[in-house]
Amino acid sequence: MKVAGDGLVRPYGDTLGDGRMQLSFALPLPAGDQAREVARALLQQLGLEDIQVVATDDAGASFAFIVAYARCRQGVDPSRVRVVRATAPDMTFEEVNAYIARELGRKMVVVGAATGTDAHTVGLDAIMNMKGFAGSYGLERYPEIDAHNLGSQVPNETLVAHLVQLGADAVLVSQVVTQKNVHLPNLTRLIELLEAEGIRDRVVAVCGGPRISHELALELGYDAGFGAGTLPSQVASFLAREVVKRTQKTRTGR
Amino acid sequence: MATIRVDPALVEEATGLARQIVLDVKEHIDAHTTTSVERACCRLLDIDGVDDQGVPLPNVVVESVAQAGRLGRGITYWLANASLATGEEPAQLAQECAAGRLDLLRLPSHRPEEVLAAGRRMAARAVEALLALRNQREELAARLGSGPRPWLYVIVATGNIHEDVLQAQAAVAQGADIIAVIRSTGQSLLDYVPHGPTTEGFGGTYATRANFRIMRQALDECGEKHGRYIRLVNYCSGLCMPEIAALGALERLDVMLNDAMYGILFRDINMKRTLVDQFFSRMINGFAGTIINTGEDNYLTTDDAVRAHHTVLASQFINLEFARLSGIPDHQVGLGHAFQVDPATEDAFLYELAMASLVRAVFPDCPIKFMPPTKYKTGDIFRAGVLDTLFNLVSVATGQDIHLLGMATEAIHTPYLQDRYLAISQARLVMNAGRHLFRELEFAAGGAIEARARAVLEQAVQLLRELADLGLMAGLEQGLFAQVRRRRDGGKGLDGVVRREDGYFNPFVEYMLGERGV
Repeated sequence: MKVAGDGLVRPYGDTLGDGRMQLSFALPLPAGDQAREVARALLQQLGLEDIQVVATDDAGASFAFIVAYARCRQGVDPSRVRVVRATAPDMTFEEVNAYIARELGRKMVVVGAATGTDAHTVGLDAIMNMKGFAGSYGLERYPEIDAHNLGSQVPNETLVAHLVQLGADAVLVSQVVTQKNVHLPNLTRLIELLEAEGIRDRVVAVCGGPRISHELALELGYDAGFGAGTLPSQVASFLAREVVKRTQKTRTGR
Repeated sequence: MATIRVDPALVEEATGLARQIVLDVKEHIDAHTTTSVERACCRLLDIDGVDDQGVPLPNVVVESVAQAGRLGRGITYWLANASLATGEEPAQLAQECAAGRLDLLRLPSHRPEEVLAAGRRMAARAVEALLALRNQREELAARLGSGPRPWLYVIVATGNIHEDVLQAQAAVAQGADIIAVIRSTGQSLLDYVPHGPTTEGFGGTYATRANFRIMRQALDECGEKHGRYIRLVNYCSGLCMPEIAALGALERLDVMLNDAMYGILFRDINMKRTLVDQFFSRMINGFAGTIINTGEDNYLTTDDAVRAHHTVLASQFINLEFARLSGIPDHQVGLGHAFQVDPATEDAFLYELAMASLVRAVFPDCPIKFMPPTKYKTGDIFRAGVLDTLFNLVSVATGQDIHLLGMATEAIHTPYLQDRYLAISQARLVMNAGRHLFRELEFAAGGAIEARARAVLEQAVQLLRELADLGLMAGLEQGLFAQVRRRRDGGKGLDGVVRREDGYFNPFVEYMLGERGV
């Protein structure tokens, strides 16, 4: 970690602590001197310094596209930033399988779906499909995981019915469409249904998607959230540990 | 043209197999109609509006007959009989039905010859109106001209049709040739078409007749201002394929997404339903002069491009034969494919060049639709710009026709104005710089690109052989496309499939397909 003399982290251009940033945005003004000065004034209001508006292009219909460079003086003390992540230390493909076989003694049943009106399955497929993502095999490839991919636009009610029928240990929900935050009530609704069915404690619930963070997932009542770039092995590791933890709790409880 | 050598015997075999696969389900298509096909007839007969519960009148009319078990005769038959009995036009008859003052099935029956003659007169007027719109498009396009190919195609998707207009106007000013108003997510699963202008949507804007009209008018104005005809796109996919095609024809949409198998594979719509719907839907598209775009690009979002390019090609052969069966001339069949090879693959660019050249060479008369990279965009907008530049270069170098622009912010948000601006200006830069490259390019005989193209074509033929043996429905059940398996009685919309009675009457098929439809 490289911090300036005052212990704060700033954007780096070519000298430690110089705070150089690139910015771009559109303004609802015709390209020209006025748009350039408006952009500059706006960046000043943001507290930036050494502002250079390097491009003011005509983006059509009286809009200007702005590219600017500027320097920020603010910095952040990295020790004061809280990071919430769903990480038990990750296990490899082989480790996960061995762990499930040893600790659970049966296959772990995982059901995945893109729920509600969401028609996007790229993220779900990346985690579930045999081939997986970025060289990490998908859950269907794990001999110790019984993986069911229900695909897209699955109503929450249908998903819960499948969870009950399959005796699922875990559910993966993918949500991509986020316009006007339509994904939020949909995600919450699933948790409510799990509770109504009395299986919330038994089923590990995880959601994923480009706009999903672990912190948000916890707020919505999920056990974890996975964002863009997550590998199937990370999800598998988390699920294996969490499912094992729950079954052990249940056993002790009895 | 940068033509890649393809074995004409293989192309001929593939075409023959695809023809066989399609004809194999023609019996099913000819034996059935659907609620959506019949609602499309209502739309063409000028039935519009909603009842006091907000239910569209085509649904009211068709449901009333379907529930009595008489839809197998064709809605036009009942409307024509009612028109003879009451002297009213279909639009008024629908109003009366909605008000509960009229039951189409409880009117005096006229002689079938009279009813058919009346139905044909009603349909003839509708068909004339579509022909007039088609002529209007041809005149406008001839007078204003079109941008150079590949035509630049962008999407607007704000959810609010009026905001969409603003975004479209900006895109046209920047150089877009084609504007698609992407639909609200989930519309494909609605078994009706929403009514009126809409200002709320999720991930897109509802396809409604009023929204079509608002955007059509805006693009016509833009076209006059910028001196080129701007084409408008919407989506026939889903449970309402035929109705959307009818509304698109009535509002002079120029391009419609219309894939024979997409709904089955990617929306889990029942295959018996979709096969009937796509036939009628495409027939309207063909007659209206609409260019259809097929959705093979979607295969590469669930499957790996290097492994699955041949499934794209095989599906294109099938989609083309389905289109021909519906009477669409090849020059209106925009077969789709996509730039989706994992960029980490060595020689990824060569694979893309091979595929794009192959598709171009195999379907010389089709306006090929090329879809951008999406799968390997990570959120790094600068890297995405490089991927899109490679895509733009392949497109212009291989003579593609319809070029959907990639967005640097793919996987982040629906495009902002500046995203579209950057995409258009960068594509114009690349395409202008390489405008006539295709005339200069030749691929080394026996080289990697030629070999790849040949391998893809051979694999496609092999897949078509398998499918021809199995039959299309069994092939879809076994997951031969996109690794998706669908049961023939599963999925949504099967309840809307109705067996035709003897004497089924649909004058639109007669008019639009002529000899072939009888």
